[in-house]
Amino acid sequence: MNQKLKSYTAQTYIAYALIAPAALYIILIVAWPLLETIRLSFTNSSLAGEDYVGLENYQKMFSSKKFNGIVTRTFVWMFFSVSLKLIIGLIGAVLLNANLKGRSIFRVLVMPPWVVPIAIGMLGWLWLYNGYFGIIAGVGMRTGILDGPFGFLAYKQSAFISTIIADVWVGTPMVTVFFLAAMQGVPRDLYEAAYCDGASRWDRFFKITLPQITPVIITMSLLSAIWTFNSFEIIWILTEGGPRGSTTTLIIDTYKQALGNYKFGRGAARAVVVMILLMLFAGFYLALLARINKKISHE
Amino acid sequence: MNKYNPFEKILIYFGIFVFMTFILLPFIEMFYASLRPLDHLFRSPYQFYSDDLSFWAYREMWNTVPMLGRYIFNSFFLASCVAILTLVFVIPAAYAYARFKFPAKNTSLYILLAINMFSGAVILIPLYKLLRTLGLLNSYQSMIIPGVAFLIPTAIWLLKSYFEKIPIDLEEAAFVDGASRVQILRHIIAPLSTPGLVVVGIYAFIGAYAQQFLFAITFNQKKEYMPIPTGLYEFIGYQSVKWNEMMAAALVGMLPVLLLFIFLQKYIVEGLTAGAVKN
Repeated sequence: MNQKLKSYTAQTYIAYALIAPAALYIILIVAWPLLETIRLSFTNSSLAGEDYVGLENYQKMFSSKKFNGIVTRTFVWMFFSVSLKLIIGLIGAVLLNANLKGRSIFRVLVMPPWVVPIAIGMLGWLWLYNGYFGIIAGVGMRTGILDGPFGFLAYKQSAFISTIIADVWVGTPMVTVFFLAAMQGVPRDLYEAAYCDGASRWDRFFKITLPQITPVIITMSLLSAIWTFNSFEIIWILTEGGPRGSTTTLIIDTYKQALGNYKFGRGAARAVVVMILLMLFAGFYLALLARINKKISHE
Repeated sequence: MNKYNPFEKILIYFGIFVFMTFILLPFIEMFYASLRPLDHLFRSPYQFYSDDLSFWAYREMWNTVPMLGRYIFNSFFLASCVAILTLVFVIPAAYAYARFKFPAKNTSLYILLAINMFSGAVILIPLYKLLRTLGLLNSYQSMIIPGVAFLIPTAIWLLKSYFEKIPIDLEEAAFVDGASRVQILRHIIAPLSTPGLVVVGIYAFIGAYAQQFLFAITFNQKKEYMPIPTGLYEFIGYQSVKWNEMMAAALVGMLPVLLLFIFLQKYIVEGLTAGAVKN
């Protein structure tokens, strides 16, 4: 017993020593900055220096109509983007799961938007959305839907929708790949039994596939929500939050305040709001994960 | 199981076609634009057909943005540094998670997952101030240091699962034979885990390549350290945007990661989905 205990503590020391470099790195580059952001949010920090100002940044932020609009807009933007990613991803996964020729090639071909640096992929979208020369405006003009050049990123509503579509484009491949992996993990014999019982393809999808992959659907919706909430580059490159603020989400606003104007204090207050929301998401996600794990180990 | 009838087949292929068009249209259109002369691109409404396609833009782009080669090198250099540093920090940690039992093991693993959910944007302010005090703004380091931090969590999870696949009996047998921990690491773990290390290293490289933009626009203003995702924006801002050359340069800029990924997609996807799907 004593021997065992001894080796256990020795193991612990070795393990901690092995983890220490990574842990220290994360503490210095992620954890400390998070705490420092909270501290800065109570100051008027700028390049010139800083003074403690209490809750001023928060009071100003929450009493500004603009900020409340930004919060609402963020959630609307997120809602549409995440739902579209999940729906298109699910349809895509079903299609690529069909036992037809060429599916292994298609499975590789879905992935590029996920892998390619977002900043580079967005150049393609800038060209597609070009009001005079882009293919989307071109098709619109030739079919008569548009009666002239139309800058998709130049008007409030169309810019809002265009950034969502570009975000869906970036996020869908990953959702598709995860759904596909989940579908392939569904035990074969379930389908075979259902087939013998005469269940239609439709029935098999709704009564077997869908319930079986529900845990993955839930996890993916949360993960997509988190990533969509964090989405910065897409909007920044396409519109920089414009026109007239119509695509300014919380992340864009935080960045603009902090590093556009070098108003670190105000930016930090926004970053704290972002942080709190992210912690809520993360808490949900981890609680869910723990629950799913428990369920699996019970079975 | 039952086969698809021809009608269903057509329906599925049509669905796949529409889905794939959405996913691939930007790439196809980028490639097409890169082959067309500029005056064909500047016609409104859009012309679907060009008869004089050429790779001219792929030669001319190096003259329009003379530093283009440097930007591509920078991207490679930054991504390689980040990938190597990530491995250095992650290998011992992942080994510890795979092999040892210790207090707070699961909690810290979940904390790692949670870190993954914070975007760089939340901590940019203190990082900016930190890098400024250290005099590291406008340098390679300013993009490498934050880059590594955001790859460590996933890399630990990925590599941990590779280490766990190595049978523990092998190590125990060596241990009984009197081999030291270091010897075990060198002669058993290292060779057996090489494939895993390669996959995680490439994952880190692709991740590092992809995340360069945010850190580059925030922490670096010097042209000579600029990575390609920001360097490409130099094609904008001349009298008119040279779309064909910009698209050519963009495709060249994304090619390395695309190729790496296509060769290794099976392993990377397996590793990433395993955590979410089976756990």
